[in-house]
Formats: sequence, structure tokens, C-alpha cells
Amino acid sequence: MSTLLSVTDAHVAYGKVEAVRSVSLEVGTNEIVTIVGANGAGKTTLLSAIMGILPLKGRVAFAGQDLARFDIEDRVAMGLGLVPEHRELFVTMNVEDNLELGAFRIERSKAKASIERVYALFPRLKERRKQLAGTLSGGEQQMLAMGRALMGEPKLLMLDEPSLGLAPIIVADIFRIVTELRAAGVSVLLVEQNAQAALKIADQAYVMELGEFVLSGKASDIAANERVAASYLGFQHEGASVI
Amino acid sequence: MNTTIMLFLVQDGITNGAIYALLGLALVLVFAVTRVILIPQGEFVTYGALTYASLAAGQMPGTAKLALALGIGAFAFDLFEARKALHGRLIVRSFIANVVLPAIVLALTLSLAAQKPPVAVCIVLSLVIVAMIGLYLYRIAFQPLAHTSVLVLLIASVGVHLALQGLGLLFFGAEGQRGPAVLSGAFTAGALRFTGQSITVYAITIAFIVALWLFFGLTLYGKALRATAVNRLGARLAGIRTTLSGQIAFLLASVIGAISGILIVPITTLYYDSGFLIGLKGFVAAIIGGLVSYPLTAVAALVVGTVEAFSSFYASNYKEVIVFMLLIPVLLLRSLAAPAVEEEKD
Repeated sequence: MSTLLSVTDAHVAYGKVEAVRSVSLEVGTNEIVTIVGANGAGKTTLLSAIMGILPLKGRVAFAGQDLARFDIEDRVAMGLGLVPEHRELFVTMNVEDNLELGAFRIERSKAKASIERVYALFPRLKERRKQLAGTLSGGEQQMLAMGRALMGEPKLLMLDEPSLGLAPIIVADIFRIVTELRAAGVSVLLVEQNAQAALKIADQAYVMELGEFVLSGKASDIAANERVAASYLGFQHEGASVI
Repeated sequence: MNTTIMLFLVQDGITNGAIYALLGLALVLVFAVTRVILIPQGEFVTYGALTYASLAAGQMPGTAKLALALGIGAFAFDLFEARKALHGRLIVRSFIANVVLPAIVLALTLSLAAQKPPVAVCIVLSLVIVAMIGLYLYRIAFQPLAHTSVLVLLIASVGVHLALQGLGLLFFGAEGQRGPAVLSGAFTAGALRFTGQSITVYAITIAFIVALWLFFGLTLYGKALRATAVNRLGARLAGIRTTLSGQIAFLLASVIGAISGILIVPITTLYYDSGFLIGLKGFVAAIIGGLVSYPLTAVAALVVGTVEAFSSFYASNYKEVIVFMLLIPVLLLRSLAAPAVEEEKD
């Protein structure tokens, strides 16, 4: 397994306020890596900065190339995809157009095959392909956002809170699809408040608190860590205190 | 009022309205994609019209030189922006698009102008010159501000308008000009007389509306433009360059402006500053369309044209006042329908 994304000593600031401090992380090929942490820990900020939406101090390399001189659109073309927390769909356009635009940087001949793959992953989208994106349910919108990102044939897909506000049955579906992506050769960097579910499917994990990584390691080890369990997993080991 | 006069006025109104519809559509397009309220749209009209009229009269239009000067400026902007990551392909591509292309057009214009080229050649040259001006203006004045607020973009837009109007006086002088009809000949149907020119106006307006509809509905680039208008971040995350969308929008707007000008200049004498008022009427239509709706803008433009025709017959002194007063009830209704206007965040 080789390294696909490596972030070294990253700092991200909103004006004078540093929201991410000295963070380093790695994502390998065919790997699911998760960043868990409470609301406001800086997870979304970090993903946005890796994508190029926010300026980042430090080094980000993707597939061996330093990303500093590439803007968002170039990063997409290089195979980095982001499904943002607010999904950012084209709400007044139909499902099919949203997907087609996801393949804007892909050869037209390949895009046809891509759309069939996305429909195979999310049959619901195929049923609703002529429906406007803004009229879909929350779960379907999440599927569409993931589908649109997958249309760009990313090597690494970054998912920001994909389970937020969705019914448990849909959340299970989305996490199942994330594992299918890994099997299909797409690496995933998953940011989640639902730490329990994220740690279950991830290979590696980082725990973020107030802009810094406080713990990192194999997801299974992190899941077994008492401190993490107490703070994020919603259950208590003996002797651990819950705030 | 007798029926014949009314028919004449309606016909006149529809001819004017068709032009306003084109301009209104361009304004909606540019605003939706770039959030720029395109005040210089009127200058694209004048530049197109007067470049065409100058060429047809065998004079060299200054706009061809302006295109080259702006192109060199745009090239410099490209180089400056990419200074940290300059590479050969980027430099060559930008040099060809921003310097070589306007230089060739300038050379062509210089060699053809003296020979009084045929109408078709004048039209094509005028369109290309104004299209390049529109494209380079976007690069120089608006692309660097793309992330700022609507207000900043509006101020830049007013600045560009004033600069272009001043240059227009320099290039074309204070005298008005008329150009040759695009299509000569006429026929009568009942009491109405249709000139080749008015038929051309209808045909081109309809053709443009259909073409825009097909472009936005069916082509990937058209959809990308719509996507940029709906959600800029979403578009960037799909790999769509918002600068590319902005360029396409400005290119379309300047071509539409120039076509409108070429269509009007055989009917009316145009001066270097006439475009502003014509553009404003397109703007009235665009506002009635809420700066978002294309069909509503087109219909509103026909209403504006018709109101103008009737008011110039019955109260010609108050013609402009009456047309612009159309805005007041519309804005009032709109503000009642949506009382809170939020400044968008990008």
C-alpha cells in the first residue's frame, strides 16, 4: 500500500484564529481513514483546506505532487474529490445533469460508463434521474452528492459528515457504500461525528480536539481506547468520566 | 386612435422590444453566472454598431486597437497570476488567445477597412472585435474581483462603463453614425410594411433565444454555466472553472450587445453614448425578470418596447420617464413578495 495523500504540519486559520494547528495525516491507497471529533474540532476546516477552499500553511501532497500550486478545479482533475457537509448540489437541475456535470473533467466516452456505475451503487438515483435535485429527500441528496463526486473518478474521496441528519437505515446504506468504494479501489477520508459507525468501517483513525490530533492509530485500537469511548462513542468504560 | 396607428406602434414596439429582449437576456446571463450587473452592456451595443458603421463607411475603427491593448493587458494579468507556477504551455496559450488573435484581427481590419468591405465582412469583424473586448474586460476588471460582493462588482461595472464611454467618444467622435441595412428590401402585409431590417431583427432575436435555450439545456458547457449560477462552490468541486464560466458569459453578452447594435444602427442614428439608455431598457426588462428568469425577461422586454412606442407617440417628451417608471410598481410588488433580501455569501 502506498501513500496517496499526505498532510504535513498543516495550519489553517480564519483571520487570527487558528482552527487547525500542526496537523499531519496520511491516507494510503485502498484505505478508509476517519477523523472523529466533537463539533467545532476543526474537521470540516481541515477537509476544506486540503481541497483548496481555504488557505493552508504546511504541506499537502497528493499522488506524489505538492498541491500548493493547484486550485480546487485542478485538484478535482487530479483525482481528489470532496463531498461537503452542505452537499452543494445544483438544486434547480435534475439528478442526471448533476451527475453529468460531476464528470466535467472526464472524457465524454468514459462519463457514460461512470453514470451507469453510479446508478448501480445508488439505484434510487436512477429512479429519480429526471427529478430536480432540490426536491430529493436528505438521504437521496447525500447519495447524489456522493454520486456526483464519484463521476469525477476520484482516487480519494473526502466525505464530510455524510450521515448528518439522515435516518439510521440510510446511514447504514451510506456506510456500506463507503466500504464498497474501498473494494473498488477508491480511498476514503471520512469525517464523522458518528464515531462509532465510522470507526467500525475505517482502517486508520485520527481523533481531533480543538484543532489538533490528540490520538491516531488503527481504527480498531482507537475504538477500544477508553478516552475515546468516553468522549465520542457514547458509552462508558468503568472508571472513565463523561463530561 | 385608429387601428392602423395602433398596429404601427405595436410593430415598432415589438421591433424595439426584441432588441431589449436580447440585451435583457445577456444581463440575466452575466448576473446569474458572475453576479456582475453589466452596466457596460450598452457600450457593447455602441461599439458593435459604430464599429460596423465605421467599417462600412471605409473608416478604421479604434475598437480594433482597443481589443489588442486590452488583450496585452489580459496577457499580463495571466502571467502575473500564474507567476508562481509559470509553464510554457500556459504562456503560449495565453499569448495566442490574448495577443496573437487581436493582432491578427487588427491587421485584417487595417487592410480591409480602406476597401469598404461587404456588409457580411463588416458584421463578422465587428462581432469578433467586440467579443474580444468583452472577454478581455472580464479578465482585467472582473475576474480578479470574482470572489467579492455584488456591490464591489457593481462599482467596477460602473467604472468600466465610464471608461468605455470615454473611449467611445475618442474612437467615434461626437457625431452620430448610421450603418447600412443588414437586409434590404421590404414588403407589405395589409396596412403594415415590413422592412428587411425589421425581419432580420425578429429572426435573429428568435434564433438567439432558441440557440441559448439549446445551449443551456443540452450542452455540457451550457449546463456548466447554469451550475455555476446555481452553486459556485458546487461547480468548482465538480471541476468546473468559474473563470471559464465567467468568460463564456461575457463572451455571449458582448456578442449579443454587438449584434443588437448592428441591428439598430441601420434604423436609428447612434452616438458614442447612446448605448447606455438602450442597455438600461434591457436592464428594466431584466429587473422585471428578477435577474433570474429568461422567459419573463423576454416578455418584459416586449412590454418595455411597446410601452416605449406608445409613449413616444402620445407623450414623446416623457418617453423615457414612462418606460423607467415601469420599474416602480414591479420593484414594489417584488419587495412585498420577498421583503428580506439577504446579501449572498460566497
